[in-house]
Amino acid sequence: MAVSTSSSTSKPLELVCPAGNLPSLKTAVDHGADSVYIGFRDDTNARHFPGLNFDAKTAAQGVQYAHARNRRVFVALNTFPQPAGWERWQRAVDQAAELGVDAVIAADISVLDYARRRHPNLPLHLSVQGSATNYESIRFYHEHFGIRRVVLPRVLSLPQVKHVVENSPVDLEVFGFGGLCIMVEGRCLLSSYVTGESPNMCGVCSPAKAVRWEETSQGLETRLGGLLLDRRAPGEPAGYPTLCKGRFEVADQTYYAIEEPTSLNTLELLPELQQIGIAAIKIEGRQRSPAYVTQVTKVWRAAIDACWRNPAAYAPKPEWQRELGKVSEGHQTTLGAYHRTWQ
Amino acid sequence: MTERQPKLALGPVLYYWPQEKLLDFYERMISAPVDIIYLGETVCSKRRAFNADEWLELAERLSAAGKEVVLSTMALLEAESELLTLRRLCENDRFTVEANDMGAVRLLSERKAPFVLGTGINVYSDQTLRFLAGLGAKRWVMPVELSRQTLASIQAGRPEGVETEVFVYGRLPLAYSARCFTARHHNLPKDDCQYRCLDYPEGLTLSTREGQAFLALNGIQTQSAQTCNLLPELAELQELNVDVLRLSPQPEGMETVVEAFAACLRGERDPVEAARALNAALPYGACDGYWQGQPGLRQVVNLA
Repeated sequence: MAVSTSSSTSKPLELVCPAGNLPSLKTAVDHGADSVYIGFRDDTNARHFPGLNFDAKTAAQGVQYAHARNRRVFVALNTFPQPAGWERWQRAVDQAAELGVDAVIAADISVLDYARRRHPNLPLHLSVQGSATNYESIRFYHEHFGIRRVVLPRVLSLPQVKHVVENSPVDLEVFGFGGLCIMVEGRCLLSSYVTGESPNMCGVCSPAKAVRWEETSQGLETRLGGLLLDRRAPGEPAGYPTLCKGRFEVADQTYYAIEEPTSLNTLELLPELQQIGIAAIKIEGRQRSPAYVTQVTKVWRAAIDACWRNPAAYAPKPEWQRELGKVSEGHQTTLGAYHRTWQ
Repeated sequence: MTERQPKLALGPVLYYWPQEKLLDFYERMISAPVDIIYLGETVCSKRRAFNADEWLELAERLSAAGKEVVLSTMALLEAESELLTLRRLCENDRFTVEANDMGAVRLLSERKAPFVLGTGINVYSDQTLRFLAGLGAKRWVMPVELSRQTLASIQAGRPEGVETEVFVYGRLPLAYSARCFTARHHNLPKDDCQYRCLDYPEGLTLSTREGQAFLALNGIQTQSAQTCNLLPELAELQELNVDVLRLSPQPEGMETVVEAFAACLRGERDPVEAARALNAALPYGACDGYWQGQPGLRQVVNLA
């Protein structure tokens, strides 16, 4: 089947890249990101990791750097405030508005409502943490908060995504590459069940402070909140011990019962994503290094441009896959260490 | 000041039980001291013990027997067929509907129908609750990961006329996925799952390699292996003006559970003693960690 070059879309897919600090933001912009998303240094965002993220000064520098090059900056304020911390989220919304960012990516009703009333000109995106998997839900957020874009949870098949695009009143952004949440984001409490801290409440999943690595006679053991997540033989790659990626026993079988430690990579789906009218591709990984951001941004920029020029002839180049494979493999083998030394 | 006595609710059956088992279960619940019964498939649309009409029929029967019936809807809506079922339920003008997705909230608020916010809706603050109350929410079920401390703050700002329900007994719903973990366990594709969930009336237990059970796989849903039991917290739940206590259906001994809560509410049994008796029957123990502001799987209160 030939894919028409005169696709229904009028511009290339927007490339949305992650930045956990200013160097990552700059390198994303330098290597072809159309937009960069960031978070502040607290639990108002879902990558609330020690040492990561932006304060008022670096955020202002980042916005200035991106805007000077005609690129956009989004701020993720995508956790769910409880009454005790509500002022922090209000301040974060105000701060984003003052910075002149191009959108706030939010999930919680009270945050969206506050932003909408207080800063009516501040564009809002619905975060993946908003768990909108169907167009009725998207319409809800559009009608009440005027969201301009929704980031889809990583749970839909391509035909289902297409159906959502056809019925959605707003643009859709989908994850293209990076760590893979297999559970619907915004609805996963596994981390707090074991550690007391979850993405929704605290902006963390399987937090580093709850992780223990131990070399034993049976292999390298990784524990989360005391629970054994995995035990690896020498030479077996050890990834970051995310709860859902452990090896467990179910009815006498030991296997990755929930998810294997793999990264998402949709490079080969680009023509279809473009064809069905997706607006933007999101790269996961605000917690990753500037080197990761550079590598992934470069490859995805090249791929998106190639696909835009000629979707029918598009195929992912082996060297792109190789480059992405390297950072995926690094993800497998070094993220734990990365967590200790990422600065 | 005396608090109002909370009502007892039976949550929706989260598992795939065959039709006869479901009918038998609800037949027995008619004579059990539960005030409210939530009915419907909330986990997987492939489960077809009942279709929408049959759920409505059952709802009529339970209602005629004096129960308040609420129709529960799916937590993860992906296919158009699932939205069709959702619309059908939301457009029933007879029974209140429990929304477990914002799509349902939209449909219900459009019809100006009062609705319940289920555990699938993220209400983490009184601000959010007030917004949704403005759209017609008349009751909310607290997200299971919230603590009593957060509940106290939300209760302080709770809008007029909105009831608070707390999940007090059962295996906690913790996550939803596109992947079916039960089919995966059997190396079957989700589209050809052969309805393996029917073999696991309370899910498939997942343990660490040291044999520590901590999760239960229930199709696309992941639950806690431990059973949340907040019966010892009854006095505090009443002090916090919780209106409804949710008991989540388990295949065995549900009458005993309902009776224990009811007897404690009547003041005929001591909640700690009653909880100890219930917990003795649990395969993987009880937990109250979330309520205490700790990791959910912990049992913080010592009942010994």
